[in-house]
Amino acid sequence: MSVFEIFGFALRGVAANKLRSGLTVLGILIGVAAVILLVAVGNGSAKQVEDSLAALGTNTLTVQGGRGGDTGYRTDLTLDIVKALQDRESAPDVKSVSPVVSSSQTLTFGDASYDVNSVIGTYPSYFSASNSVVASGSGFTEEDVDQAARVVVLGPTTAEELFGTVDPVGQRIGIAGQIYSVIGVLAKKGSTGFNDPDDVAIAPLPAVQRSLTGYGPVSSITVEAVNADAVAAAKAEITAILNAKMHVADGASSTPYQIRDASQLLETRTATAETFTVLLGAVAGISLVVGGIGITNIMMVSVTERTREIGIRKALGAPRRVILTQFLIEATLLSLAGGGLGVAAALIGANFEIVGIKPVVMPDSVVLALGVCVAIGLFFGSYPASRAAGLRPIDALRYE
Amino acid sequence: MTAPGREQRPVLEVVDLVKTYGEGETAVHALAGVSLTVAPGDYVAIMGSSGSGKSTLMNILGCLDVPTSGTYRLDGVDVSELNESQLALVRNRRIGFVFQSFNLIARTSALANVELPLAYAGIKPAVRRERALAALDMVGLANRADHDPNQLSGGQQQRVAVARALVSQPALLLADEPTGNLDSRSTKDVLSILDGLNAQGRTIVLITHEDEVAAHAHRTIRLVDGLIVSDVRRRDIAPVEVPA
Repeated sequence: MSVFEIFGFALRGVAANKLRSGLTVLGILIGVAAVILLVAVGNGSAKQVEDSLAALGTNTLTVQGGRGGDTGYRTDLTLDIVKALQDRESAPDVKSVSPVVSSSQTLTFGDASYDVNSVIGTYPSYFSASNSVVASGSGFTEEDVDQAARVVVLGPTTAEELFGTVDPVGQRIGIAGQIYSVIGVLAKKGSTGFNDPDDVAIAPLPAVQRSLTGYGPVSSITVEAVNADAVAAAKAEITAILNAKMHVADGASSTPYQIRDASQLLETRTATAETFTVLLGAVAGISLVVGGIGITNIMMVSVTERTREIGIRKALGAPRRVILTQFLIEATLLSLAGGGLGVAAALIGANFEIVGIKPVVMPDSVVLALGVCVAIGLFFGSYPASRAAGLRPIDALRYE
Repeated sequence: MTAPGREQRPVLEVVDLVKTYGEGETAVHALAGVSLTVAPGDYVAIMGSSGSGKSTLMNILGCLDVPTSGTYRLDGVDVSELNESQLALVRNRRIGFVFQSFNLIARTSALANVELPLAYAGIKPAVRRERALAALDMVGLANRADHDPNQLSGGQQQRVAVARALVSQPALLLADEPTGNLDSRSTKDVLSILDGLNAQGRTIVLITHEDEVAAHAHRTIRLVDGLIVSDVRRRDIAPVEVPA
């Protein structure tokens, strides 16, 4: 008896009970779709966290001066070093360089006063390097830097504390006795823990130096790499330039500067991603087990229910192999149909936002869910059939 | 029971058949040593009350069950020595079985049900269809070939089952209370089909507990408690002559 004919038997078997076949397909469909969608939702929320971390500026490096080092030369971070870092040739992976001076100051507006966390003096490129977006008004320009204009952009926390409901743009405030014009307010970034990144006042570097910090070395230099992948290359280039400028010997055990590559954020990101991976694994595992039990159940029931039919077929002289092949093909058809529809359902479902998260389908989860569900469907579709085919015909016929 | 002056190989020959269910003190001897020979073309009714072992005997004769001890020769072949796949072959080629509860495959047309033994025998679809239709015609149901079992009456279902049992031209037709679930009209239909088949030379063994049914047979065997207590041949009917 040819496999083709047995295939015909299997097709007739599937078509003979449309409700049972439909329920089996539905069971597998739900199992597969649930696993893929749950993993996609988890993956989507991990992506969301990653994106929000990226918004805080993960392609920036911060160079800080320090004491020590065995060079005997000047090791302060000077504007000369800033110029050297801006050199496209020796630092091709650097997008922008922003010197930063900062100090804690009290801001005054009319009778109100507010102790701002930090007044930052820098270049306009700092805005993009620190992912600071000007929400109203405007940022300052290179020209303002050249002219040491006394203009300031406030963080949203600072603006709210100082002005309340008044529109800050265009107002004049006092910083350590000097009058500054507020020309813009930054968009909210949200707190990342200890520091409120929204509690700042940003002004052109020379203005801050002239009125607040003096023309000494800058406290740090914020360097933006061309993209997240270039951070390591940019770091190497910066290290080379700084070593040359500060005459650090090759292989020196310590350097008079530190370069921090938003490592804390990266660590957080890694930790978050790891947590999510574990969580995803657990969710996917549980879904697979639950889906698998559902499939097992429906397959066992639908095949066990046909033990009598298997008995009749055996009584008519069906060889065991033919019965097994028929049920294996039936199980394969149902499993594949259910699995395929499940994948389709998951892919359609992934287009919608689920609990505020845009699901991102992982190809791995599709393969895993499909593989496990189809394997379970095949096993529990053919195992009871094989058991029934092994019975003596009279026992299978008497089976209730 | 062979025709006079003619050596014939019996269709079935059982010797000292024993079937025991359970073990030890609770053991039930469904068959306690049955010996029986049936010649080709014979028409045998096995009678007995419920629990007499007649169904057990039938299942063993149909190769659906195996005896605890004793030998069973079907068409000269010792069935007890066959393995699983050889037994499937025997059930397919040499035995046609009609059950009390019809046992048609649900949601499958009458034609497909009748074709089934031929399909398992590996016969080509076109030939299969032709033979199945001929078998259905023989039981008077050619016009119901496309009906599913649940669209047929009990008598029609049993006739389909008879068609299925004889479509593979078996040496032996076994019927386990074939009229047990039927009304008197359908009983008559089915029995007349069986009579016709026997008249064409088919060997038939049927189980019944109704005397009217047994009256159709040429030979009546009574079982009590797993033993044959009587084996009577109708006087008015001579043993059937069958070309060897």
